[in-house]
Amino acid sequence: MKNSDRIREWLLGDESLYYDTMAVKSQSINDEQAAVEEELIKGSLDQKEKTFDTKHNREIRTVSVLYNILAAVFVIFIFVNLLMCVSYLPPLEESQKAVNNEVSQRYIEKGLKECGSTNIVAGMILDYRAFDTFGESNVLFIATVTVLILMRNNRKKEDGAVSDPDDRRLEPKDDIILQKAATFLVPVIVMFGIYVIMNGHLSPGGGFSGGAVIGAGLILYANAFGFHKTERFFTEKTYKWISFTALTFYCLAKSYSFFTGANHLESHIPLGKAGAILSAGLILPLNICVGLVVACTMYTFYCMFRKGDF
Amino acid sequence: MKIFLIVLYTFLLICAISVSFTKNLLRSVLTFMAFSLILSVVWMCLESPDLAITEAAVGAGVTSVLFFVTLKKINAFKER
Amino acid sequence: MGPNLLNNYGQVIAMLMFVIGFANLLFHKNMIKKIIGFNIMDSSIYLFLAQMGYIKSHIVPIATDGAASVDQYINPIPTGLVLTGIVVSVSVTALMLSLCVRLYRRYNTLDLDEITTMLRKEGR
Repeated sequence: MKNSDRIREWLLGDESLYYDTMAVKSQSINDEQAAVEEELIKGSLDQKEKTFDTKHNREIRTVSVLYNILAAVFVIFIFVNLLMCVSYLPPLEESQKAVNNEVSQRYIEKGLKECGSTNIVAGMILDYRAFDTFGESNVLFIATVTVLILMRNNRKKEDGAVSDPDDRRLEPKDDIILQKAATFLVPVIVMFGIYVIMNGHLSPGGGFSGGAVIGAGLILYANAFGFHKTERFFTEKTYKWISFTALTFYCLAKSYSFFTGANHLESHIPLGKAGAILSAGLILPLNICVGLVVACTMYTFYCMFRKGDF
Repeated sequence: MKIFLIVLYTFLLICAISVSFTKNLLRSVLTFMAFSLILSVVWMCLESPDLAITEAAVGAGVTSVLFFVTLKKINAFKER
Repeated sequence: MGPNLLNNYGQVIAMLMFVIGFANLLFHKNMIKKIIGFNIMDSSIYLFLAQMGYIKSHIVPIATDGAASVDQYINPIPTGLVLTGIVVSVSVTALMLSLCVRLYRRYNTLDLDEITTMLRKEGR
């Protein structure tokens, strides 16, 4: 399959995505496993033919026509409703709207003095509404655990049935272009991610965006150098330790307010000078915790999908 | 400034509509990636750069990678 | 139709995108197209929220020179809401996609009609 055919085929978006059948054919598949897989796929294909024989077609057709009509009516009904609602909203871009009430004035005026962070949004997220962001980081952790449950394929099956064919065999081996690019790009990406996390309370950015940037850098590294390289530093143990310590530190850092009264802003942690890196009390460590959790989550999603394991 | 925002909104609409009319999965995922990139520029125009960085790194980056890996996994099944 | 339909054009476009995503969700059989439609609905809601906070000729809420006067910055609250929203919608997408892969492993198809007929065949 010449390169031009492959590019033309990829452009047309036909059968095999962007590598020819040679690359996709798995390298080390033993006979018994191949036989079981063939039988599995053949079984389900026969099942598919049986379900679509002629008797079903008439019933399916009427149901789908009815469904399409009702869905179209429903969509139009919702659209008209939303338009009516939007047309009665206050005009955009005016400052005296109902939404710019005293709450936002309080945040803007007192933000700098109380949390010490020049980035008022970061101050709002990690100081006034710290528990909301704490719940948010727990949502990320729960999502990782659920994807782990769904996609894990290396548990030892009792009846020896083949689990999802491991994805590592299929990955293209040692793509020189990607590796050369990754050797240059990954350090820059990770450094930029760290910068965005560290300056979360000064410039725009913060835990979420910095963590996502670092997660994307790790994904690029895993893609370029294969999973053997990333398993040196990122295994199940490191993930467990990073997310547990980050979440428990976040919880401990912010739960003192249960003892020191409702308005938990009077923490005795010095707020420091407004523009300095180490200013803004607890916001910097919290940003680092959130950044670590987000980075581990993004990379673990990719690991789970690619090789069903950490 | 307003004109630039209107142009971006029309691009968003074009991407959203074209995602629903493409037959091929790969093309719809690519269009969705373009959709979230344009959305990240729209956040910049709406004066909220926090959202721009997050949307760019998360929306265009990680979500699209997950879509591609799912497509690859599904095509890998179909190949054999 | 109310008075502000035209000068709220941004929110009209956000609602239009919501309906496009919703139609995408309803009319497409393939699960991955449904997930993309769901993501478009998510992004349109975030666009709608962020536009509520935008005030013309106000700048980013970063108090660089320490002066924190209200009529200088935009409203930071919608930005904060949408920031956490974007990251949650990624984890929801990852969850949906992993369910998709498991579905494909079991039924070898992502077409919802085929799966429902297979389920009915199995009498579930």
